[in-house]
Amino acid sequence: MIWNEKIECMSREDMRALQSERLIELVNRVYNNVAFYRHRMEEMGVEPSDIKSIDDIVKLPFTYKNDLRDHYPFGLFAVPMKDIVRVHASSGTTGKPTTVGYTKNDIKNWREVLARCLTMAGISSDDVMQVSYGYGLFTGGLGVHYGAETVGCTVIPISGGNTRRQLQLMSDFGSTVLACTPSYALHLADALAENGYSLKDMKLKAGVFGAEPWTENMRLELEKKWGIKAFDIYGLSEIMGPGVANDCIHHVGLHVHEDHFFPEIVDSGTKLPMADGEEGELVFTTLTKEGIPLLRYNTRDLSTLNHSTCECGRTTVRMKKITGRSDDMLIIRGVNLFPSQIEHVLLEMGETSAHYILYVDTENNLDTLELKVELDENNRMETIRDLQMLSHKIQHALNSAIGLSVKVTLVEPKTIARSEGKAVRVVDKRKK
Amino acid sequence: MTIRQLSVFLENKTGHLNEILAILAKNNININALTVADSSDYGLLRMLVSDPEKAVEVLHAAHYSVRIHDVLSLEMGVAPGSMSHILNLFTDAGLSIEYIYAFSFGSKSILVLRTDNQEKAIEVILTNRLKTIHESDLRDTV
Repeated sequence: MIWNEKIECMSREDMRALQSERLIELVNRVYNNVAFYRHRMEEMGVEPSDIKSIDDIVKLPFTYKNDLRDHYPFGLFAVPMKDIVRVHASSGTTGKPTTVGYTKNDIKNWREVLARCLTMAGISSDDVMQVSYGYGLFTGGLGVHYGAETVGCTVIPISGGNTRRQLQLMSDFGSTVLACTPSYALHLADALAENGYSLKDMKLKAGVFGAEPWTENMRLELEKKWGIKAFDIYGLSEIMGPGVANDCIHHVGLHVHEDHFFPEIVDSGTKLPMADGEEGELVFTTLTKEGIPLLRYNTRDLSTLNHSTCECGRTTVRMKKITGRSDDMLIIRGVNLFPSQIEHVLLEMGETSAHYILYVDTENNLDTLELKVELDENNRMETIRDLQMLSHKIQHALNSAIGLSVKVTLVEPKTIARSEGKAVRVVDKRKK
Repeated sequence: MTIRQLSVFLENKTGHLNEILAILAKNNININALTVADSSDYGLLRMLVSDPEKAVEVLHAAHYSVRIHDVLSLEMGVAPGSMSHILNLFTDAGLSIEYIYAFSFGSKSILVLRTDNQEKAIEVILTNRLKTIHESDLRDTV
């Protein structure tokens, strides 16, 4: 089923006309109401009248996370506070938090795009959805919550944490959908047996996972462990929160709700626009947002775009699943490395668990990498040689996949800390 | 001819072996033989215990990586050269020993070993009528 067939199956021509109309309106709005954008546009010598269609978007300035921090807390809001009905904020672990505000209309649009996402994943009013994203300032919990209610699901707003209770309610309430981060979904699956449950006790049929980059292998692993269909929901608070894009049952990229969030791919160095299929940084313009509208916000997520029509019938542009942010990228002895590449290798080998942590350090001015990975509780290791062969095998696989030598240390099961929100995969001990 | 041996994966960290022993003690499981193979990063604890199934269950519950393996177990004579005699037979058959340990139980001297070819090792044992040990031989007689 398609939630909004008119928009989601719109012809390219009609979509461009809609986007053009919305962009012109947006540029006028930010030029008149947000001093930051007026100054930026003046600096670049661009006036609202220069924007005549969506093609002119390349004339507009980019926005970066730092711009939000510099105008903390409400400096980029485009409406008076009396029109803001809700505020969300990032955790601010890497600096000042970034704050976003929503008008009534923004909340309405958020519900709409989330309803489209959930419908894409086959979720309907017949479903019981356990929302295990954190509720609060983080957009995950409340965002998905509103969307699920819009679709008509029975929502269980359990929030994150308390593994035993998650499983108990999942079993007692008969949850059919789980919404949380992929790493937490993996943790919950691993915790089934020790809490006295098996898949037979659960009615789960789908998972809507997001808020951190994850690989296709992890998606398949979660499908196998839970016996469900797993979907990737993409979003970031700066643009809206979860619901910017989602994959359909064909899992060939994520459909972007481009009538609200116009995506571009730009080269990470030159910032010049790139063609379909070319990988670069993903940039969004919030075509309809009123509270904190952003022009060409650079997400630092790496992706590609695909404008062809999907098998599911939707014509909306698809973005490739995000497996890394240019922010997450480590540069090790000059080689680019994404933690997701490690996850990919481990899951492909399937001889250890997918729980790992990567330590980066320097020794004699050279970067060193150490991977700690948990052995499975049911490993077949009988001799020290078996263990050494396994670490060598992982080392070798990593070396051919990423071109770096990694010291591999096997650790006991359940010794790497589990995260209830976004997983910590990298500890960088190098001096900055 | 074979008996069940537990192998537990251990990181080289203070107190880990002791933790395992405490778990077994709490569950009233007796250890008949124990040996640790170690490398710089981790060790493998091998044990013959009074109730292997229960031991696996309680160690799994405590999140240890543990497996049961079938290993060969032989009774040796008490005279000097008894062990050498047995190993000669394996060497002559071209078998290589992957690991080996010995212990005594009551008046018996017992050898536990794993070779690179278990079937061939069994053949050697049968042909030479070596005296094998069964789990029932290791039950408490007290």
